[in-house]
Amino acid sequence: MRLTEHPLLRFERGREVTIYFNGRPIKAYEGETIATALHAAGIRALNYSVNKKRPRGLFCAIGKCSSCLMVVNGIPNVRACITPVEDGMRIQPQHGRARLPEKAKPPEFRDAKVVRADIVIIGGGPAGLMAAIHAADAGASVALLDENPRLGGQLIKQTHKFFGKREQFAGVRGVEIAKILSEELRKRENVQVFLETSAVGIFQEKDEKLVFAVRKNREPVEFRGRAIIVATGAMERSIPFENNDLPGIYGAGAIQTLMNTYGVKPGDRVLIVGAGNVGLILAYQLIQAGVEVKAIVEAMPKVGGYFVHAAKVRRLGVPILTRHTILRAEGKERVERAVVAQLDGNWKPIPGTEGTFEVDVIALAVGLRPSIELLQQAGCGVRYVRELGGHVAVRDGWMETTVRGIFVAGDSAGIEEATTAMLEGKIAGIAAALRLGIAGEEWLKEIEGAQKALDEFRSGPFGRHVLEGIKKAMVVGG
Amino acid sequence: MSEIPDYLKRGYITPGELFSIIPKPSEDRLRERPVAVPECPQEIPCAPCREVCPTGAINMPTPNDLPVVDYDKCIGCSLCVQVCPGLAFFMVQYVGDRARITMPHELLPLPERGETVVLLNRAGEPVGRGKVVTVVPREKSRGDTPIITVEVPMELAWDVRAVRVEG
Repeated sequence: MRLTEHPLLRFERGREVTIYFNGRPIKAYEGETIATALHAAGIRALNYSVNKKRPRGLFCAIGKCSSCLMVVNGIPNVRACITPVEDGMRIQPQHGRARLPEKAKPPEFRDAKVVRADIVIIGGGPAGLMAAIHAADAGASVALLDENPRLGGQLIKQTHKFFGKREQFAGVRGVEIAKILSEELRKRENVQVFLETSAVGIFQEKDEKLVFAVRKNREPVEFRGRAIIVATGAMERSIPFENNDLPGIYGAGAIQTLMNTYGVKPGDRVLIVGAGNVGLILAYQLIQAGVEVKAIVEAMPKVGGYFVHAAKVRRLGVPILTRHTILRAEGKERVERAVVAQLDGNWKPIPGTEGTFEVDVIALAVGLRPSIELLQQAGCGVRYVRELGGHVAVRDGWMETTVRGIFVAGDSAGIEEATTAMLEGKIAGIAAALRLGIAGEEWLKEIEGAQKALDEFRSGPFGRHVLEGIKKAMVVGG
Repeated sequence: MSEIPDYLKRGYITPGELFSIIPKPSEDRLRERPVAVPECPQEIPCAPCREVCPTGAINMPTPNDLPVVDYDKCIGCSLCVQVCPGLAFFMVQYVGDRARITMPHELLPLPERGETVVLLNRAGEPVGRGKVVTVVPREKSRGDTPIITVEVPMELAWDVRAVRVEG
């Protein structure tokens, strides 16, 4: 199930190690996550629900949902999707609510290591990386944390070439952009990076802002700064249908993570739900990994993503069934089939139009919602803006929220493209340095340039609804 | 609500639909040398084709405009096919009673020059067989995308847009 050949990617695997699943030895490679290694070994059910004991598997693969919680070395609630394997690790499926063993003690925050910087950035994706690079260049010291084991956020699984202008990395593959930005970041001496570090809360103490975090599931860390940039990205949505929790039903991004980041085949035959850009791009990437894509079903009467992405998969023989939806998934411990049906003008399935696809994977590419939990907890003003994908923080043209000194950028500010996330990150990074009086006035021009580039990117028909949404999310008069 | 174009319902565009949006190169021009044909009918924020074109043949006032090729200025260099992030550029040339189509091929295996491959139309249906006449591998491609040129029967010049390599 591990890929050795790929038209675009080379997989460099670490040292071979052995992990134990219910006592059974499983081969893994250093650098892989627990969920990846188990998937490569054919294990799909990672835990069982509280009441009905329904099997659950991976869903988001980036630490955002609770679908992959497992018991690791006796400790429950470990996110198998973002926890790297270690030699000899003992892993068990979690059954319902698990208890912490009597002997184990949660970390005490009063013993936390303290990290100080001018600006604390939460999230190492395109927005966070650009924010860190520009804040550092503007003279600020930066601490950047991310709960994943690698920098780059979702860029590290994007094998397609980016749209836009060349100065914004157009024509460059997302995986390459991740490398370029990570290297740029490492060149800057005034940036400290903390991976496998989850932010759990933001607090204010006099003039300082505090980000409480936990490193590697056990070590508490307290980040102290005068400004915070929240670039926490987004969370994959699901939709209601029968058995939508069966292992083998993944968010589209989870499949990209398995296949493009770790080189593990998600399955053999896939049905994709959603013909937006994510669903269409995913279909193409599955074919590149040698996986059969049976069809893409889309409830709308048309392809929602860019036409060119649709054309790319159609000419390789993937049907796109518009005005269709998934009715149910079937299978015992994992997906074995998907039943779809045509929709009428009122979005109701038309009886008699049901069709069955024999698949072992169902990919849900039905949209994202911004991850704003930390912003909400910090007391930032929040509004529901449909065009931006859900609840978002109210902000101004500098990406500053209603709490002075807390900035937002990227998908956590509203669902868009990685290109716009990078531009917003640049604005937030410089703006935070300006607010703190660190950056000189000459940096105002850089912000204006990025704002202009954003306007240009959003000026076409695909950007118009985003612009509407941003208007609604702006501070009144801001 | 405006009417949905058929190509957005199907996911592929017909030559008829395409040439109602952009002009079709003339027969003379197609015989002269390869010419770039963008199958990019939507206003998306994207401009690498214009930026890479050495002769300024791609007209696009803003990145959100459609790329329209000035077929007189196009020298047939294929850089646009190599860089297009949407894999939406193709080159077409008429040679005797055959047509040569240049297209991106980001799949394994990459066919070899001289190899016979299965020709696929825009809906992925096999429509015949053709010979690969040129291969630009990824390392030599300007846009990190391998491209191939296949020779097809003339009547398939405006249908074939992908190939399947058997073996």
